[in-house]
Amino acid sequence: MATYLTRRLLIAIPSLLGISLILFVVLALAPGDPFGELASNPNIPPEVRLALRAKFGIDDPIMVRYLHWLVAMARGDWGFSFASRIDVDTLILQRVPTTLFVVGSSQILALLVAVPIGIYAGVRPYSVFDQIANTLAFVGFSLPTFFTGLLLILLFSIKLDWLPFVYQADIQATGWRWVWETIRQAIMPVAVLGFFQAASYTRYVRASVLDVARLDYVKTARAKGVVERGVVLRHVTRNALIPVVTLVALQMPAVFGGAIVTEQIFRVPGIGSLLITAMLANDTPVVMAVTFVFAVLVVAFNLVADLLYGWLDPRIAFR
Amino acid sequence: MNEHDLRDTIGDVKDGRMSRRGFVSRMVALGLTAPLAGTMLASSGVPASAADLRAEYKPGKAGGGGPLKLLWWQAPTLINPHFAVGTKDQEGSRIFYESLANWDDDGNLLPCLAAEIPSLDNGAVSKDGMSVTWKLKRDVKWHDGKPFTADDVVFNWQYASDPATAAVSIGSYKDIKVEKIDDYTVKIVFAKPTPFWADAFVGTYGMMIPKHLYADYTGGKSRDAPANLAPVGTGPYKFVEFRPGDMLRGERNTAYHLPNRPFFDTIEMKGGGDAVSAARAVLQAGEYDYAWNMQVEDEILKRLEQGGKGRIDVVYGGNLEFILLNATDPNKEVDGEKSSIKTQHPAFSDPAVRQAVNLLIDRGSVQQYIYGRTGRASANTVNGPEKFVSKATKYEFNPAKAEKLLDDAGWKKGSDGIRAKGDVKLRFVFQTSINAPRQKTQQIIKQAAQKVGIDIELKSVTASVFFSSDAANPDTYPHFYADLEMYTNNMTQPDPTLWMLQYVSWEVASKENKWQGRNIVRWKNAEYDKLYNAAQIELDPVKRAAAFIKMNDLVVADNVLPLLHRAKVAAVNAKLKAPPSGWDNDLWNLPDWYKEA
Repeated sequence: MATYLTRRLLIAIPSLLGISLILFVVLALAPGDPFGELASNPNIPPEVRLALRAKFGIDDPIMVRYLHWLVAMARGDWGFSFASRIDVDTLILQRVPTTLFVVGSSQILALLVAVPIGIYAGVRPYSVFDQIANTLAFVGFSLPTFFTGLLLILLFSIKLDWLPFVYQADIQATGWRWVWETIRQAIMPVAVLGFFQAASYTRYVRASVLDVARLDYVKTARAKGVVERGVVLRHVTRNALIPVVTLVALQMPAVFGGAIVTEQIFRVPGIGSLLITAMLANDTPVVMAVTFVFAVLVVAFNLVADLLYGWLDPRIAFR
Repeated sequence: MNEHDLRDTIGDVKDGRMSRRGFVSRMVALGLTAPLAGTMLASSGVPASAADLRAEYKPGKAGGGGPLKLLWWQAPTLINPHFAVGTKDQEGSRIFYESLANWDDDGNLLPCLAAEIPSLDNGAVSKDGMSVTWKLKRDVKWHDGKPFTADDVVFNWQYASDPATAAVSIGSYKDIKVEKIDDYTVKIVFAKPTPFWADAFVGTYGMMIPKHLYADYTGGKSRDAPANLAPVGTGPYKFVEFRPGDMLRGERNTAYHLPNRPFFDTIEMKGGGDAVSAARAVLQAGEYDYAWNMQVEDEILKRLEQGGKGRIDVVYGGNLEFILLNATDPNKEVDGEKSSIKTQHPAFSDPAVRQAVNLLIDRGSVQQYIYGRTGRASANTVNGPEKFVSKATKYEFNPAKAEKLLDDAGWKKGSDGIRAKGDVKLRFVFQTSINAPRQKTQQIIKQAAQKVGIDIELKSVTASVFFSSDAANPDTYPHFYADLEMYTNNMTQPDPTLWMLQYVSWEVASKENKWQGRNIVRWKNAEYDKLYNAAQIELDPVKRAAAFIKMNDLVVADNVLPLLHRAKVAAVNAKLKAPPSGWDNDLWNLPDWYKEA
């Protein structure tokens, strides 16, 4: 186990270096100029723009810039935002709590919906319930989040005027009112993301319950006279959920990475909206830091998923 | 004219339907003296507009207005006014920081931190145009209680003019010297006679940061200043919280220097999202009070407005959408660059072709069907303030006339239906950035041109590429590797000096200056250059305005085809009074904002 872990971690280093190099080069080659907006403003002499470019090192060769970035990153310096003129890590850390809350709750919602429905549908395949659940699941993941988001806004904010559609990271209230306001504004984004995710989880849970329910040991359990409830919960579900656990672990980076489209629609100030505004402003250090952190999380949670798998299913050995 | 009519006319002036000058001349025609007419609008001493604007503020006490909620679909990312790259950052800074004076909608100065506006009459502007003296208001305090003095003004000049600070406001400060006369008087000394003296310390780039908090953070250390993220200004609202790219909050400054202001108790500027949903949040849901820069088709805005919760405020400044006809040849490469100033455009060097293209642009339809209330067709490159606008120009859509012009000039239709003369064909590439209204405009022009035998190939480039200053990318607008191109430029000040710089011969964009030159069209005209240089030092305002009008007429007669004067558009809560100005930021007069009961 320990050697396995060490080996995996050692493999992770070159792959992260590779990822960072590719990210950096692609970003450097992409067109755009963080100070482009200055160019069309006659009040700003071109020298100022050139001086700014020089100051932020945009004119150096790519490899020199990459090495600078790498050394700084290794020392824990994530870079300096062109657009905000502050450190990138401050920017990112400001956004993390919101993203964790919104995307995290949507994942929990997705699981709360998907697991019971998936199990029930898997245990009774092709029943009416299964057919309905299937149809809804297909509809769910066929509808893109920007569409369902707009639909919910039109219905609940404009027509009914029940929910706000502009998300506020810091509600100006205390006590129960704060709790209530926080929940109220999170309902729509969480629902949009959660149901979208739930749709695909439902399919997974159902498929894996179907697989397990056919196995001999389930028949044996039934033959022993275990009640149906016990069969489903103790024997089927536990084993069927192993692949689902891995799937959820692999989704975890997204919880940190945010949801670009949904965050943009509801103006949720999370990592996703930071990434998209940084891209639009050609704020390369921020884009680089966010994407790289995302890459690290993907690699890390892949490892976690593998370890979890082995722990849940003792037949798998680490070598 | 009875009293009722008179009040209506004054109302017209207030609403901007009639200019002040128009009002005065009308009153004079009725037998009143001009000064009397002037006092009917305002008290003397300060420019008429200032008193007028301030008089429109109704609340009798400060505070009590509840929260003011602003929605900026691009959020401010920094709030140091000297670093404010985009308007979003300038607007964010404007909540806390103030300038000596601001530009009102007529292009006049409204004093803010200044006690009065300098003028030749009060002797503050020197007769030789070499200096201007500003008197500061005496009772102004920074949010932390320290007094605002001449030292702060001098410091702002030192801070911004230091190249190591890398301030974007450096253009306004690098060529001047600022002297402290006494604690409440400063003198700006120019290097050469400067008729437009109201640049430094005025408007967007004039916002004052406090010396006592920034003195240790000039030059290379500027980025470390704690006040960059926690501003202490003199403005109507004090800083509470800032999350870059998301949210900016402030609370009422109880010690504000203007009486009975500000009206609102708190202010918040929320950012992110897109323009349409921002419009919706104000006009339909009423969740927010004000949304800025509504780049939304007028059709949609009209539909959203029907809810009655808000209205659209349209205000004209110096935004112009125009088409450039390349004066150089984009297809011939000389010394490693196309569109080199050493070449001449094979077709556009013939005035008949230029005029024909101008006649083929259906500005009326473009306005009516594409821009609606948010733009108006124009034949001028300078569209304001009124005194600089040429009356001699006009635009026309007339394909028949274009056809005749081309026939007479010897451009004959070939077998493919495209006109040619010798081996030059009227086949052009027309580029612009990707933006729905622009692509529609391109189509309208292409269709009209096709009918008279001019073939136009349309090209659209992603905005981030088109507007970048990347010297290596041939698709940017300064490279202009096309025959025609279309975009918007903004005249940021109510004075055309900087705006007209984009047509002088020494500013031609080229490989040598890494395409940083401002003359993108590469048009050269000796008479224009001479007029420009003369206007730079001409101190007689009438002669100066005449020179600019003449320059305008020269430019639009040749390679620059103005299309639309574009408006600044904001979505505003039905009850909110937010005095707009085309010549300054949306929040230029934030202290005077209030809501009707």
